[in-house]
Amino acid sequence: MELKEITRPENLVYRRTPLMTDATLSYCPGCGHGTVHRLIMEVVEEMGIQEDTIGIAPVGCSVLAYDFMDVDFSQAAHGRAPAVATAIKRLWPNKFVFTYQGDGDLAAIGTAETIHACNRGENITIFFVNNGIYGMTGGQMAPTTLEGMKSSTSPYGRNNKTMGPPYKITELIAQLDGTHYVTRQAVHKPGPVRKAKKAIRKALEVQKEKKGISFIEFVSNCNSGWKMTPVDSNIWMEEHMFPFYPMGDIKVDGKLVNG
Amino acid sequence: MKELALMKGNEAIAEAAIRAGVDGYFGYPITPQSEVMEYLMLQKPEERTGMVVLQAESEVASINMVYGAAGTGKKVMTSSSSPGISLMQEGISYIAGAELPCLIVNVVRGGPGLGTIQPSQADYFQSTKGGGHGDYRLIVLAPASVQEMADFVDLGFELAFKYRNPALILSDGLIGQMMEKVELPPQKERVTEFDQSWAITGKTKERERNIITSLNLDPDLQYEHNLKLQAKYKSMEQDVMFEKFACDDAEFLMVAYGSSARICQKVVELARGRGKKVGLLRPQTLFPFPTEEIARMARKVKGMMAVELSAGQMVEDVKLAVNGRVPVNHYGMAGGKIHSPDDVLKAVEEKYIGGY
Repeated sequence: MELKEITRPENLVYRRTPLMTDATLSYCPGCGHGTVHRLIMEVVEEMGIQEDTIGIAPVGCSVLAYDFMDVDFSQAAHGRAPAVATAIKRLWPNKFVFTYQGDGDLAAIGTAETIHACNRGENITIFFVNNGIYGMTGGQMAPTTLEGMKSSTSPYGRNNKTMGPPYKITELIAQLDGTHYVTRQAVHKPGPVRKAKKAIRKALEVQKEKKGISFIEFVSNCNSGWKMTPVDSNIWMEEHMFPFYPMGDIKVDGKLVNG
Repeated sequence: MKELALMKGNEAIAEAAIRAGVDGYFGYPITPQSEVMEYLMLQKPEERTGMVVLQAESEVASINMVYGAAGTGKKVMTSSSSPGISLMQEGISYIAGAELPCLIVNVVRGGPGLGTIQPSQADYFQSTKGGGHGDYRLIVLAPASVQEMADFVDLGFELAFKYRNPALILSDGLIGQMMEKVELPPQKERVTEFDQSWAITGKTKERERNIITSLNLDPDLQYEHNLKLQAKYKSMEQDVMFEKFACDDAEFLMVAYGSSARICQKVVELARGRGKKVGLLRPQTLFPFPTEEIARMARKVKGMMAVELSAGQMVEDVKLAVNGRVPVNHYGMAGGKIHSPDDVLKAVEEKYIGGY
């Protein structure tokens, strides 16, 4: 078969969404961030809302998210993305506004902004990538670091007695009346990737219908920070992260799934 | 016809904000400026003009709301008092770094720390020298009356958008709380046209995406950005504003702003009554600072005194302007205590008679 035959439009099974820019991703090979970026942009493309979408980038590994996603973007101070998004959405109520945050950003320094934006039920979408560690600053302990897990600031493993235990902010904000759709997903295998994309679509549909906050946690790996190969980190994530951070919907249509 | 009202300074700021066509206000209660948001909420600005008013969970959140909202190219503001403004400094640095226009109001109270709720001018350094991290400056306006509280809202936005830089109204608890007659500005339309060249309005097919950020990891580019900012701050000198009282024949000059300038106006009167040729220069902009005018006055007078409600902050800028030509002293009470005209007069007479 000639190349011309193969590259016919009807034979196309995959293409990169044009909403991802040509910039080389700054993420480590094996990291889940790039996949989450792509899925969000695929959904934005499919919904035809590029012109109406504004993203908020955090401080952390994904600080340069605005280099990769081809929509208007505002970078935010560490942890303050939900406050930044709140104001943008209040002034542009018909735009789609999302934050893209890591676990240090969202669940440590930005706890207040996260909880209050969720409590007010701002019509925004929060994409929360939880890899249990501060990646960009060099693998320090995060509020999500598991008990016993080694990091550069818990070199002998997290000691719950002296350092406090990890906490599930996603379950916490699901208790608030302002949250409408809360779910936990992963992007390490084709099956989870497909589910995660459906969740992103649902989250942005919730925003379109102005029903309140939609919040997706992506449990992800940090092979560099965890000092593992990408493959090993994904296995470790399934074996250790998923039992503590279980996959699936936590709140749907404003109702707790296990409530 | 003139529209007159009797208002507190804080209320005048709020009413002027609605009338200036402000799109968004984000704040957090703190004494002595809480009337700003109270007045706004009472006025239902969302019905009057469509203005958004939101009570945030903290000053940290409110300044970051201002940062986000300013990125949309709309007119947005916040107000607070000293401890709250300290909390905002990181956000203000981001706004300056990202070159966004906005208005911040500081109704200063005594410090340091939780200090007191009484008036003070001890946030001069924080306001005029940057305040947060990095080399940046704010446009700083210093109202001395309830009228100027109202007038400087519109002026602040005009300068903020002219330079794409945060503007700060540096008031204090005295002007914020006192009631005076004020001529209200006319109602302006809320702006609906935005500068698509930089604001985040949603990327259209006609343009590249707009990004609001203060991050540039390349030191060469960050250096270029810093040079550009410094050139911008230098260019603000063209907008310096000040008032002079009884300066033409003055032998001794007081330099004072805001509420202290109001007190010093009385001191001029008292001193003149005793045959002392005392004048007053009142900076209305503290950044840009009236350096040239003070240098010019240093060739005419025999001495100067910076009169501030602080332990002496603006006096450093006066000394830099005078550059050793004549003696420069400081007088002022700090920590929330207010000097009386007689207190100042006594200090002036000591320096005027035998100080040089």
